[in-house]
Amino acid sequence: MIDKIVRTMAEAMAGIKDGSTVLIGGFGAVGQPDALIEGLIEQGAKDLVCVANNAGTGHTGLARLMELGRVRKIICSFPRSAGSVVFEELYRQGKIELEIVPQGTLAERMRAAGAGVPAFYTPTGVGTLLAQGKEVREIDGRQYVLERALKGDVALIEAWEADRWGNLTYRASGRNFNPVMAMAADLTIAQAMHIRELGEIDPNHVVTPGIFVKRVIHVDRGPDWA
Amino acid sequence: MKPFSRDQMAARVAQDIPEGWFVNLGIGIPTMIANHVPAEREVILHSENGILGMGPAPAPDKVDPWLVNAGKQPVTLRPGGSYFHHADSFAMIRGGHIDLCVLGAFEVAENGDIANWATSENDTAPAVGGAMDLAAGAKRLWVVMEHTTKDGRPKLVEKCSYPLTALGAVSRVYTNLGVFDVVKGRGFVVVDMAPGVTFEALQERSGAKLHLPA
Repeated sequence: MIDKIVRTMAEAMAGIKDGSTVLIGGFGAVGQPDALIEGLIEQGAKDLVCVANNAGTGHTGLARLMELGRVRKIICSFPRSAGSVVFEELYRQGKIELEIVPQGTLAERMRAAGAGVPAFYTPTGVGTLLAQGKEVREIDGRQYVLERALKGDVALIEAWEADRWGNLTYRASGRNFNPVMAMAADLTIAQAMHIRELGEIDPNHVVTPGIFVKRVIHVDRGPDWA
Repeated sequence: MKPFSRDQMAARVAQDIPEGWFVNLGIGIPTMIANHVPAEREVILHSENGILGMGPAPAPDKVDPWLVNAGKQPVTLRPGGSYFHHADSFAMIRGGHIDLCVLGAFEVAENGDIANWATSENDTAPAVGGAMDLAAGAKRLWVVMEHTTKDGRPKLVEKCSYPLTALGAVSRVYTNLGVFDVVKGRGFVVVDMAPGVTFEALQERSGAKLHLPA
C-alpha cells in the first residue's frame, strides 16, 4: 500500500542533506509551510540554498533559519519587506549571498525544471542589471534573455487537502508558488490542513497530482485558517 | 495651481480603463485605482499571486487569511473570479494576456524606459518582485506617480538615472500635475493638466521636453 503520510516531523525531514537547495512555498505568510520550516530548523541541515519569494520576516521561520547561519544563499524576488530584519542585517554584513530574480522568471525557472526544460528565453529583464552576464538573443525582432531552470533537492510546500497518494488541493491565494515548487524538487514534502481518504478529493479538483509529492504531514493551522 | 491628490490621480486613471480589460495594479497609488472604477463597469483585476477577479478589502470580521493581494493585504474575490499558481499567473502577464498594468515609478524616460525597483546599483537589498515581468509583458504599461521627487527633482526625464525595470515599455504617465502620452519618436505629449497648471509650469518641472498634441 502506498502511504506518503508521515506521523512525525522527524520522519518528514529525514534525509535532508547539508548543501541542499530547498524550495519554500508561500507568498508572504500565505501558503508558507511554517511547520515544515520549523521542522527543518530542528532537523539541522546547513549550508542551504533557499528559494522563496520573500526572505522571511521577524525572527521565526525562514528568518530564524538564516539567523542560525544555516543558509548560504537565498534566491528570491522580493527580499526587502517590512520586518525582513534578519536578512537585511546578514546581507549588509556579507554573510549571505543573494540572487535576485524577477518573480515570474523565478516561477518559470522552477516550472521548467519540473517539466524537463533546461532553459528558456524570456522578455523579462532585457536591458536591466538582472540580465547582465546572460545570453541575449533576438527572436522575431524582439530581445530575450536566456534563463536556466532552477531545480530543488527539497521542496517544502503547504496544501489545503492531501491524501495518502500525495494528491493536493490548495486554498485561495495560498496556491501561489506551491504547485510549481512541488514539481521542481526531488523530495517534495507537503504540510496539509486536511487529510482525506483516497478517492475523497474530487479528481477534477486535484491541483498537484501525487506523482510530484513524496511525503505529507497533517498540520492544522487552527480555527482562523479553517 | 491645484495638483491632483492621490485619490484624484487614481480616479483619473480609472476613468480611462474600459469595460472588459484585464488589469494588474501595482502597490501604492495604483492599488487605489480599483476604488474608482464604477461598480457597473466590469474590469477584471489580476493579482500576480494567483487571482483574477479580485475584489475590494473585506470588512474586518470577514477577513480570509488565505486571500491576499500582491501587497499582502486582505482582499475578496468577485463572483466569476478564479485562483491559479504563480507560473500560470506570470504566463498571463508575459504571454500578453493582461491588457493593462499600472505601476508607480522613480523615473520614466521620454523613450518609455521605466526605473522603479532600485535606487542605485549598490542598493543595500534590492527587491524587484513582479515589476520587470509586468513591465515587459503587459499589453500596456501606464505609470502613476508624483510629478517630482519630494525635493523637487523631475521624474519625467530624458534618460533614467536609476537602474532600469524595462526598456521602452511605458505608454502613458499620470502625475499630480497632468497626463502624458509617451509617443515613439516624439516623447512626452501632454494630454491633460491639473486645474490651474500651465504648459510652461509643467515644462519647468519636467526633465525632458514636453509636447502639445499634434
